Amino acid sequence: MAKMTLDQLRALRAKKQEELERRNVEGKDIQVIVGMGTCGIAAGAKLTFDAIVAALEKHNIASRVVVRQTGCMGLCYVEPTVEVVMPDMPPVIYGKMTSEFAEELVVKHLVEHSLLDNHIFDRPAVDIVKH
Amino acid sequence: MAYKNFILVCGGTGCESSRSDEIYKNLIKEAEALGVSRDVQVVKTGCFGFCEKGPIVKVLPSESFYVEVKPEDAREIIAEQVIKGREVTRLLYRKDKKAETTKLQDIEFYQKQFRIVLRNCGVINPESIDEYIARTGYHALEKALFEMTPEEIIAEMKASGLRGRGGAGFPTGMKWEAARKSPGEVKYIVCNADEGDPGAYMDRSTIEGDPHSILEAMVIAGRAVGANFGYIYIRAEYPLAIERLKIAIAQAKDYGLLGENILNSGFNFDIEIRLGAGAFVCGEETALLQSIEGKRGMPRPKPPFPAVKGLWGKPTVINNVETLANVPIVLTRGAQWFSSIGTEKSKGTKVFALTGKINNSGLIEVPMGTTLREIIFDIGGGIRNNKKFKGVQTGGPSGGIIVEKDLDTPISYESLTALGSMMGSGGMIVMDEDDCVVDVSKFYMAFCVDESCGKCAPCRIGTKQMHGLLDKITKGQGEEEDLVKLEQIGKAMTKASLCMLGGSAANPTLSTIRHFRDEYLEHIRDRKCRAGKCKDLVVYEIDPTKCIGCGLCARKCPVPCITGEKKKPHVIDGSKCIKCGECFAVCKFGAVIKR
Repeated sequence: MAKMTLDQLRALRAKKQEELERRNVEGKDIQVIVGMGTCGIAAGAKLTFDAIVAALEKHNIASRVVVRQTGCMGLCYVEPTVEVVMPDMPPVIYGKMTSEFAEELVVKHLVEHSLLDNHIFDRPAVDIVKH
Repeated sequence: MAYKNFILVCGGTGCESSRSDEIYKNLIKEAEALGVSRDVQVVKTGCFGFCEKGPIVKVLPSESFYVEVKPEDAREIIAEQVIKGREVTRLLYRKDKKAETTKLQDIEFYQKQFRIVLRNCGVINPESIDEYIARTGYHALEKALFEMTPEEIIAEMKASGLRGRGGAGFPTGMKWEAARKSPGEVKYIVCNADEGDPGAYMDRSTIEGDPHSILEAMVIAGRAVGANFGYIYIRAEYPLAIERLKIAIAQAKDYGLLGENILNSGFNFDIEIRLGAGAFVCGEETALLQSIEGKRGMPRPKPPFPAVKGLWGKPTVINNVETLANVPIVLTRGAQWFSSIGTEKSKGTKVFALTGKINNSGLIEVPMGTTLREIIFDIGGGIRNNKKFKGVQTGGPSGGIIVEKDLDTPISYESLTALGSMMGSGGMIVMDEDDCVVDVSKFYMAFCVDESCGKCAPCRIGTKQMHGLLDKITKGQGEEEDLVKLEQIGKAMTKASLCMLGGSAANPTLSTIRHFRDEYLEHIRDRKCRAGKCKDLVVYEIDPTKCIGCGLCARKCPVPCITGEKKKPHVIDGSKCIKCGECFAVCKFGAVIKR
């Protein structure tokens, strides 16, 4: 993109805000967000990320899902962490999601709409940007 | 199959010990018995953190937060909530017995963390400038360029009460003002990302999670001060943070948010990254500037302060990562909002890296004025393995230990200094009864010996001498007058060192002597280390009444120093023993004694 003007920046923000709000990227309605700070990566987040992508392909749901990375969620004691946001399900943060649980996550949460035992952790704080 | 309700049962250690597993099983059983197992899924989760009120059961999507639930409550939860859609009000959380029930988002525990610096951390993709922009990113820059004069920006920063998060707590607005008023055409903005305390990773995580907030803040600072160039000084051992900064800088340049004529405002600002080799002293601002200039990182006396004479002799503002991450929010939400958070003199929040013998180690952000007890026992979930709390080290090798009786002090720059510690950059290491204070002090002093740049004598010689004395005490060769010497050298170093590395290096030792004098004396007089950490003070012996002479310890001993005939009590030769503890670990009869 060429250098922006003030108006272009504002227009971009309005557009992206809406997008981020819907968490919809090109018709995909499911977001899988992997915490990829140093702590997450050290605990195997990269492997988890790859395993999730592979599992999505395997279960034919990849077209609905955006797999994204983000920074440290603060739950360093249960890394790797993965947040799943999708319609008809409450947003959930899963901890201790090493790669061997990736398929279980995809099958149970995304396909069967049920939660995973022993992996759910709470969001550490309220979001100030939305207020 | 589509569930209408999700019941989350806490499966953390605390709740499990108060029968949450039974609650979980009962909920499943009752759902089946009442024929609604297709409508509800019961899930066992990780710790919700609010262990005090456990066992905890949370129902989604209604966000009902049930506390102190008993296994026999399961039927009512299923019958009322799942079938009739009504909350079981008697189980909802309330602050005390007479209080009204409280909604999930209003619960004090979850309000204890408050994220300003980490607002985007774990929320956006740090490699996407679009997502940062969507979350009011670069809105503060718009204000700074088009709606406010530099004087107004500085006035807003001063009104917000934001103080330096690197540890010293100097008011950010005043720093900017001093640099603005310093004469000179060329000025610089420097971001100090040389985080070096053992156990601290606040700044790394902030950059990894939200690099654009730092860039935006630096441009704003440049506009306020009248600088057109900035450096980010970051240690090479943070490769991921560096990578994400590089991506962010490229994106911001591409969008015209960095570089020449930003958003057609006529203002230019550019940023470069400078990698440090990881010397602790380079976190000290004057040493950091030397390092950027390509010289050996050594501090110089102040004044003149960098705001007057900094990088290449030009007025320079040096702000720490966390300080900068606050800046955009101060402008978008306003100084009034920001100053409503925190205590009278310490505004806003503080990020801490919670580590050590604690259940929930992690990255947390709390409003100033939160107590250490709240941080360690509420947010941190208390001490691991139900051990006893001994102390918490704040400020890393420059700070001091804070003990049980001071845990209720609300955190602020002043209160922590009054306790003989300091805010520091935010490392918080929790110690339990198995940690030896002399050993810990020796560890921090060894760190300072390694990291002392050697320019001034008090630090170069003082750290070495203090380390020698501490080493002597841990080896069981200490004398009582060593404590006097430690205090004397410590005080001299504190007063006479050139920079804060030496000026604060004695803090861990002095504060542990103050709070745990008896333990030091125990090492010296009784040659005993109660935590069993000081190897030289531990003695292994074999109880002849318990030893059956199996010979296992003798076979495992790497020296070997254990002898004895078969089926007769064995003996350890104390003069050869290296205190590895192998015999103690392998003996099946409890015959090896550790003293």
